Amino acid sequence: MKTRYSFGGDEHIFVEMDEEMSLDAFFKSISMSNAVRDSGIKGVTEVCPANASFQVKFDPDVIKPDAMLAELKKLETAAEKAEKRMATRIVEVPVFYRDPWTHETLMRFRERHQDPNGTDLDYAARINGFDTVDAFIEAHHSNPWFVSMVGFVAGLPFLYQLVERERQLQVPKYLRPRTDTPKQTVGYGGCFACIYSVRGAGGYQMFGITPMPIYDPTQKISYLSDFMVFFNPGDIVKWKPIGREEYDQIEADVAKGAWAPKIARVDFDLDAFNADVDGTNKKLMEALHGA
Amino acid sequence: MALEVVKPGLLTTIQDLGRPGYFHLGIPMGGAMDRMALRAANLLVGNDEGAAGLEAVFMGPELLFTRDAVVAVTGADLPIFVDDVEQPGWTALPVKAGQRLGFGFLKAGARAYIAVSGGIDTPPALGSRSTYAIGALGGVEGRAIAPGDVLPLGQPSGKAKPGASVPETLRRKLGAPTELRALPGLYWHRITEAAQRGFFADEWKVAPEADRMGYRFRGGEPLEFVPREAPFGAGSDPSNIVDGCYPYGSIQVPGGTEPIVLHRDAVSGGGYFMIGTVISADMDLIGQLQPHMPVKFVEVDMETALKARADVAGMMDRIRAALA
Repeated sequence: MKTRYSFGGDEHIFVEMDEEMSLDAFFKSISMSNAVRDSGIKGVTEVCPANASFQVKFDPDVIKPDAMLAELKKLETAAEKAEKRMATRIVEVPVFYRDPWTHETLMRFRERHQDPNGTDLDYAARINGFDTVDAFIEAHHSNPWFVSMVGFVAGLPFLYQLVERERQLQVPKYLRPRTDTPKQTVGYGGCFACIYSVRGAGGYQMFGITPMPIYDPTQKISYLSDFMVFFNPGDIVKWKPIGREEYDQIEADVAKGAWAPKIARVDFDLDAFNADVDGTNKKLMEALHGA
Repeated sequence: MALEVVKPGLLTTIQDLGRPGYFHLGIPMGGAMDRMALRAANLLVGNDEGAAGLEAVFMGPELLFTRDAVVAVTGADLPIFVDDVEQPGWTALPVKAGQRLGFGFLKAGARAYIAVSGGIDTPPALGSRSTYAIGALGGVEGRAIAPGDVLPLGQPSGKAKPGASVPETLRRKLGAPTELRALPGLYWHRITEAAQRGFFADEWKVAPEADRMGYRFRGGEPLEFVPREAPFGAGSDPSNIVDGCYPYGSIQVPGGTEPIVLHRDAVSGGGYFMIGTVISADMDLIGQLQPHMPVKFVEVDMETALKARADVAGMMDRIRAALA
């Protein structure tokens, strides 16, 4: 891993921990971006962490770009030595795979897809070497995921599965982006899952939909009344497969203010995870089911 | 104490100077695309420079005043009417309760800014009244204004000087050809030297897909990539990266074909490589570009970018002095 710095015009510095995705790169990025946020460097206006990089926006009338760059570089060594531990939460997110709404959408945009003759799930299962879509879906939801970035549009989480690289699922994005994606679609592109927080354009493959709103600018939804965005980088997610009946029930309960996601507080230690992936995930699941 | 929307125009939104601070959650700063024009309009009517006004794209709205007020229109050049009498732009115009503000056809530029004494006083969301339509945030219920909307107005400062105007020399020129200065960087190394030269040598045209999120350009040669083995998680296309943050003004080129410059309602990140960033001094100019207009990108270094930024700040100071 070699850190790379680049100016994004006269108001941004882009810091890339690694060209490729890994939990090591993510942890280094989040600890360094936290260090920048905590450092109180005058002139920093925004710090945005991403999967394996982060971005600092600054006011060049307050701090010159070269001085800002020097300040950032000072924080790099400390970030490398930082403990790769995080106090966070695990959240259970219900997913209705093969739902009728994303199905209708993916059929509508079929000519923009690599495989016009199947569904996004058929294609993803095949290119990842699964015999059946069911087996692929199981690989998608049997282990927890890390929210490695929040962005693109309001409150949209990118998630990275907590498994070794050999077990990572990978799919390309659509050949040409769609102009429509249903709200709360569970999508997939590269090695990342996402939840579309709002309806709109998108290029990720569509696997299903969650009845759980994750962005509410009106803040009327019970669990979004404190803040309109649900996810933060560092959150852990466990997908829970559900059927149509449960989907309809949760949707109705959310509308009545009678539903909230299951959440448990957990600690995540990257070294412990790397030493024992399945054991670490099992503990995360126990914490969730004890909630 | 309000402004009634008779006709909304094509796409007219409430904008102020935006809501920085939430980009890490995918909520962009938003605010006027041509910030200098909004600031000037506000100064003309005695408002704080950051008060909320209207940003009208290509076509003006028709508005009915329910109280006496001072109004100013800046930015794009389009005929301005109070009732049926044509009025000058960049000028503080007194209006009486019951009068209507209307517009003729666009002559130059793309976005007109309408400021009214007291400012538009819709409820702020995350510290700003700016409309972020993708996230249904700010403005009127998170959307563009519509017929029948009643826009509340704040308390006028009383500092407006009807008849005052911004001198011609302090209005940024509208119209072709436009040069956008850009600082190479980010993933600039992903394209070949020939492609790097070609990007700045080619003439580009504004594509129809041009909005508050970003402006797309077409007409230049496709960019040739330096060969690589795709990094894990990036995706197989040579223009893919592991999803990262996008700076405001950054120039991404999906597939190497059509550059997109992100603007005030930028997506905060994604999986396309960027070759550089339009400098802060030239961001306002993008908001005044019409589709099909020719544009050239001009390579600059940081020193030039900072000098240009100081020049723009100096121009704004002279506007303040002229209206003080």
